[in-house]
Amino acid sequence: MPEAFVDFNQVWLAYDDELLERNEFAVEDITISTGEGEFIAIVGPSGCGKSTFMKLATGLKMPSRGTVRIGGQPVTGPIKIVGMAFQAPTLLPWRTTIDNVLLPLEIVEPYRSQFKKRKDEYRERARRLLATVGLQGYEDKFPWQLSGGMQQRASICRALIHEPRMLLLDEPFGALDAFTREELWNVLRDLRAAQRFNVILVTHDLREAAYLADTVYVMSKRPGRIVTRRDIDLPRPRDLEITYTTQFTDLVHELRSRIGEIRKS
Amino acid sequence: MARHKKLETYAPWALLVASILLWQLACWAFDVSEFVFPSPLQILGSLIEFAVPIAEHAWRTFWTTMVGFAISIVVGVVLGFVIGSSRLAYAAMYPLMTAFNALPKAAFVPILVVWFGIGVGPAILTAFLISFFPIMVNIATGLATLEPELEDVLRVLGARRLDVLLKVGLPRSMPYFFASLKVAITLAFVGTTVSEMNASNEGIGYLLISAGSAMKMPLAFAGLVVIAAMAMAMYELFSWIERHTTAWAHRGQT
Repeated sequence: MPEAFVDFNQVWLAYDDELLERNEFAVEDITISTGEGEFIAIVGPSGCGKSTFMKLATGLKMPSRGTVRIGGQPVTGPIKIVGMAFQAPTLLPWRTTIDNVLLPLEIVEPYRSQFKKRKDEYRERARRLLATVGLQGYEDKFPWQLSGGMQQRASICRALIHEPRMLLLDEPFGALDAFTREELWNVLRDLRAAQRFNVILVTHDLREAAYLADTVYVMSKRPGRIVTRRDIDLPRPRDLEITYTTQFTDLVHELRSRIGEIRKS
Repeated sequence: MARHKKLETYAPWALLVASILLWQLACWAFDVSEFVFPSPLQILGSLIEFAVPIAEHAWRTFWTTMVGFAISIVVGVVLGFVIGSSRLAYAAMYPLMTAFNALPKAAFVPILVVWFGIGVGPAILTAFLISFFPIMVNIATGLATLEPELEDVLRVLGARRLDVLLKVGLPRSMPYFFASLKVAITLAFVGTTVSEMNASNEGIGYLLISAGSAMKMPLAFAGLVVIAAMAMAMYELFSWIERHTTAWAHRGQT
């Protein structure tokens, strides 16, 4: 079996020493192993430690017990091969769209030290990326001149500009209306098909998880544990039509009943 | 809409003119003595008659205030940066700063006189002491209220604390900073004037005291008019700079 890309081995996390002593963990005994290029979705009731999971996967938090390996390397601090996007687009209002997208290149090496010299090249790269998500013509607009959906597209571009090997999304489409959300599902689907990065999508939208992911993990309420792993064996490329098939609705229904069991217990 | 906008622009001027007219009429109608309450025309007369000495005193007050204000900006920004960028510094310094701010700054003047003598020193320092606080607080607030998600995005990329502060924190606190300058400049004029009233032989503050003690009420009022005009002019200047440097924070109002 080839080496796993995201590899959580019995990971426990308590946020500080005091909580650790009292055995109060935010997440418990997380074991996950994904292949290179896999798209996984993590679903669960709110407050189940999904965001904690994100912090562990990016190295912003170190596990209290167990080990996290990403891309074959043990995680010892923030890992630069990831890009992140959140429910709020968090674009900087004083920067134009393209300058927002370029922000990571001003920070992460090796781009940082070459930024001044190769600025035109990077701007061209940002333009191309923005065009692939349908934002051509909006490069020089400010975030507040864009709709919510457009801001979120720009936010995803910012997460991808340094060509990370993994994209982490924390409920990225949660604040959008249903039609915009489905549009962005396809934007994400196409981006990933073109660039083949790994994705961890944290969401509470089961249709979203089932439509986009290869594997869905269901987390229990706090303290978060992985209670179910479900392979999504729908053929790719997927189209929104698939969400109206019985195979798809049965799948979502099955996931829904799992969450229902957790909420009752 | 355009007409409404125009009306808004001229409204303060119209109100000013109306109040002056009413004031003048009241002085005429009730035959108010100029030793009690001078009329606008008498004040204008004083302004013209003593134009040269008033201008000299005004210039003195103006540059004194500007020097004090410049020190305020430097100290306020540095302290604000320190307080806003570290939680420990915030916890340690904020209560002390608040206590300091609660002190009446006029009470410092006698002490400053002992240290620096009569004249420009106490005035500059009083202007500084009274006006740095809002600048400091606003810079600190701008820095301390970063979205944690955005900080995560940058930290994952290997951003140092200083990167986050320079790329995000400082630009973000600019609207707060310029808003605080508008408040601080008017306070600085208060500080200078208070100090000059107590411990100076020059400046509008001194002019107010000496005119008052000589019962030259129109001249004292002329001094007030000049200081109000200077403070307003500086306020407008900083609000113009604010609008033109941080337009992104004022969308929808233009």
